[in-house]
Amino acid sequence: MPETVVVSVGGKNVQVPVGTSAAVAAIIAGEHCRTSVGGQPRAPLCGMGICFECRMKINGKVHVRSCQVICTDGMEIAVDD
Amino acid sequence: MINVAQFACDVAVIGAGPAGIAAATVAAEAGKSVVLLDDNFGPGGQIWRGGKPSDKELAAMQWLGRLQRTTARQIFGASVFQIQGNQLAAETLHDAFCVSFKKLVLSTGARELFLPFPGWTLPGVLGAGGLQALIKAGLSVAGKRIVVAGTGPLLLAVAAYAREKGATIVCIAEQTSWTRFAEFGLTVLCSGQKFVEALKLLWRTRGVPHWKNSWPVAALGRAGVESVRIARNGKQREIACDLLACGFHLAPSTDLARLSGCKLEGGFVAVNNLQQTSNPDLFCAGESTGIGGLEKSLIEGQIAGYACAGQLDRARDLAPARAATQRNAESMKRAFALREELKFLSEEDTVVCRCEDVPFGKLRKHASWRSAKLQTRCGMGPCQGKVCGAAGEYLFGWETSTVRPPVVPVTCSSLAAFSASGTSESIEGGLQ
Repeated sequence: MPETVVVSVGGKNVQVPVGTSAAVAAIIAGEHCRTSVGGQPRAPLCGMGICFECRMKINGKVHVRSCQVICTDGMEIAVDD
Repeated sequence: MINVAQFACDVAVIGAGPAGIAAATVAAEAGKSVVLLDDNFGPGGQIWRGGKPSDKELAAMQWLGRLQRTTARQIFGASVFQIQGNQLAAETLHDAFCVSFKKLVLSTGARELFLPFPGWTLPGVLGAGGLQALIKAGLSVAGKRIVVAGTGPLLLAVAAYAREKGATIVCIAEQTSWTRFAEFGLTVLCSGQKFVEALKLLWRTRGVPHWKNSWPVAALGRAGVESVRIARNGKQREIACDLLACGFHLAPSTDLARLSGCKLEGGFVAVNNLQQTSNPDLFCAGESTGIGGLEKSLIEGQIAGYACAGQLDRARDLAPARAATQRNAESMKRAFALREELKFLSEEDTVVCRCEDVPFGKLRKHASWRSAKLQTRCGMGPCQGKVCGAAGEYLFGWETSTVRPPVVPVTCSSLAAFSASGTSESIEGGLQ
């Protein structure tokens, strides 16, 4: 069994393998990352920190590119925030 | 007053992909103090990103091992947002810092070119390299049906990779023609090592329909992508899928070079035989000087590293190898040139600028990038036009030349920290 960490995505606790990015944790939790200014749900596009579509509030910091952050135990990832 | 960490070094390297790793390694081996920065969470760039060590190829293991044996200071998760004179400013998730350098190597690589088409903003539509990066960051694709579309050698590599992770690759839709693809195949055939790699890729994707003259026309679905409409041989067919991985080859990341006033040629950073840009203290290596792949990046990185360390003979010894990789780059450019039809995929309401949701219909009336920005907010969101700017260059022929600091969004506290550390002039100057 791979080692796992537990993070909270939009208030839901999800268990993810060590090394998982916050963006992927959102996908595992079945959540999109943000809602666009026109009201569309958006999820990761580039996966490498360019497009900012995966930006989320992580541990209280807003507009963090979740694809560039590795999940740590107890991390709080907020959707649409 | 806020204190900012300050580092001083002989050589700063931005971007820890193959070019940056090579540059930092040889410069450090030559006795220079080196700081290597990257905004990803580890070294390797996109090609050697993440994964378990056993997944990495031999060259990656050798170079990463060699880098670790040097004294080069490596800082990850750091986004450089300003370069002024011989100083750069960067921000991490936790703080900001400043690096002063004698020489700087820009090895910022390339990003995927994304072209808009109806439905491309749906969750589940992502880049080809984007999919690979997400799989490496823990995304499970086992049992998923994936359509891979767009153009370039990356499509095959991503299809092979995703398939080995348990996905079903429904098809690969490559926009280029059979003739151009075959011409590229011939070049590869003549280049030894690459030929072996190409054969391996074909074997790993055996049985997967690999269409040429094919491209995505629309992605369809409600909450996420459910199918994609592919144009092929004058007909369109709808194909069900769970994910659409779509990239139209690569666009060089030249933001920092342009910010530093380096001259460009044909969209790429112009360099001399020593990888030196029009700014004598700045060097550029890898995909930002021309899309040519791993070998080109490694050779150019070494040349830049030697040049920064003053070992000019060693740099010049690599000139023949450099020339060969540049010929490969030329052949790739011809093979995967984008067809005209791709300019006409968007409908009036298709979003082009994803940050500000600016539709195609509002953009096509504008004669320039500047005019579009001023009147529609296109390119003015968090990505700062990194996605729609490249698309606009292709769709409308716009030139997106202006780059102002901060190059990436940063917190006010980072900006404030730099005011305190004496780099305020540049930031304020940029915002005027």
